[in-house]
Amino acid sequence: MTLPLEVTDLSTTLFTRRGEMKAVDGLSLAVDAGETVALVGESGCGKSLSALSIMRLLPDPPARIVGGAVALNGRDLVTLPEEVMLAIRGKEIGMIFQDPMSSLNPVTTVEKQIAEVLMAHGELGRGQARARVHELLELVGMPDAARRLDAYPHQLSGGMCQRVMIAMAIACSPSVLIADEPTTALDVTVQAQVLALLKRLQADAGMAMIFITHDLGVVAETADRVVVMYAGRKVEEASVDALFETPLHPYTVGLIGATPVPGAARADRLADIPGMVPPLNALPQGCAFAPRCARVMERCRHERPALTRPAPDRLVACFAVEQG
Amino acid sequence: MSLLALDDVHVHFATAGGLVRAVNGVSLELAVGETLGLVGESGCGKSTLGKAIVKLVPIAGGAIVVDGVDIAPLKGERLGEMRRKVQMIFQDPYGSLNPRSTVGRSVAQPLLVAGWKKDAAAERVDTLLGWVGLPVDAKQRYPHEFSGGQRQRIGIARALALSPRLIICDEPVSALDVSVRAQVINLLEDLKSEFGVSYLFISHDLSVVEHIADRVAVMYLGTLVEIGGRDQIWRNPQHPYTKALLAAAPVADPKAARARQRTILQGELPSPIDPPPGCPFQSRCPIAEARCRHDKPALRATADGGLAACHFV
Repeated sequence: MTLPLEVTDLSTTLFTRRGEMKAVDGLSLAVDAGETVALVGESGCGKSLSALSIMRLLPDPPARIVGGAVALNGRDLVTLPEEVMLAIRGKEIGMIFQDPMSSLNPVTTVEKQIAEVLMAHGELGRGQARARVHELLELVGMPDAARRLDAYPHQLSGGMCQRVMIAMAIACSPSVLIADEPTTALDVTVQAQVLALLKRLQADAGMAMIFITHDLGVVAETADRVVVMYAGRKVEEASVDALFETPLHPYTVGLIGATPVPGAARADRLADIPGMVPPLNALPQGCAFAPRCARVMERCRHERPALTRPAPDRLVACFAVEQG
Repeated sequence: MSLLALDDVHVHFATAGGLVRAVNGVSLELAVGETLGLVGESGCGKSTLGKAIVKLVPIAGGAIVVDGVDIAPLKGERLGEMRRKVQMIFQDPYGSLNPRSTVGRSVAQPLLVAGWKKDAAAERVDTLLGWVGLPVDAKQRYPHEFSGGQRQRIGIARALALSPRLIICDEPVSALDVSVRAQVINLLEDLKSEFGVSYLFISHDLSVVEHIADRVAVMYLGTLVEIGGRDQIWRNPQHPYTKALLAAAPVADPKAARARQRTILQGELPSPIDPPPGCPFQSRCPIAEARCRHDKPALRATADGGLAACHFV
């Protein structure tokens, strides 16, 4: 059986005046129907560029996919011409962005923006679209949905704008949904509403979901499986329970240690990771995490660890873990 | 005597849409050496309150007393004296540094304004950069050459320059990555134990506040709805809004996240231009009754020593 989304060895390079930077370097991941895979890492680790690569929405120049395949329901997107991609985006694969306010068209009503998706994919004519948009707004829990049809984005709160974005993304019932930091700009109580909404929509439609976030709390609440990225590469993959119970990669250990857990016995200090994410044009030789790593060995400084399988359903790229 | 005492503080903004009561009668105290967390969602008035304490926005009523001195009438030299005692760190470390000033000049500026001699100020800058973990050569460089975490360290060095007694930290780690956020939180805690400085720590991130604060104050629509010790707030929150806020915060532990029973707060924050009558929280409160719609509850003592503003506590 083909999975809804299967990414194999995807590589995206930024071609800039300062040289070539490998923003995504050999990323593989698969998402099953009804499954949520979280893509986690700090800024600059390549999670958003991975999503844009999958959607074929990369700004070119400077970014270009240089290798690998993105199979959406068995069809490779990387080689498709843009006209075909236009028919696929929004229909088979949807995306939600971080900043809902600036992702919506400020001079068009909510109804028109959502109807545009339906009409572009030939689902409905203008006449039926309004009723369907109303239905979609109800589905995403828009308060006072009927009245919001003719509203403009500036008349809505951030949470309501994000509901509009979600309505647009799911309008054509895509089999895959990519959510790029969908709640980062929202307040906690609204974040909880939007997360619950996404989980409900996903369960009802059996969508495969990629959830990009830097917030481990959000990961713990939404993900089934987690892919941890660092400097453009996958460094660890595990089920959400396994990852939080026994994180293997020193970077994952650091991320979890750096996140305070409310209610836990108060530690005197948070475990911080020294230094910061290296710029892509100055990646160290060997393992990219080596300069910040607590378990660094001589070998790590000149040789790059490949992904190994320390347990069934787990992947990690670390020499120290291999050694035990 | 408390280091900071707010008594019924009001801050109003006149906007085209009407009068916004951004801070609507807040009273609280902060003791020497204490870290008070101030939490709430956007628009609740927490940042405005922080700015009012350093006199960056004028108050429309009430009193702000710093170290026994009412700051409202202060001008000139007396105001400068107060500002030496209370400093502020901002959310966006890039936006709060002059991009055309070297780091050394930015950090030295409060010293020079306070009348330090150039040589003494330069020496002090070296010490400050050392305290916050920046290399000495940082002072010749410009803000754009630094990462977000390093810029926040620059902001902290500048705030520390005049040995303040209180630092208002307005979302100091919200713009930072997880690992760097932990570095800055640890730095703030180290500086506190070293210099005995107090913090008013403003944040929307409850897990960070739980980690750093001794006491926590919760704001909603310009009013204080609950204040209490950190453990009391987390283990036994009294106000329905505090409960909802804690229930909504994601927990970085998948088993605990699945196990907890929670009701998600419906609706969104009402507009502060047109707040609901009676209790500000009544439009979203799961236990609101008729009297909440016309009768605004006052802060009252709770069983375990905190204060909460709810008719049903």
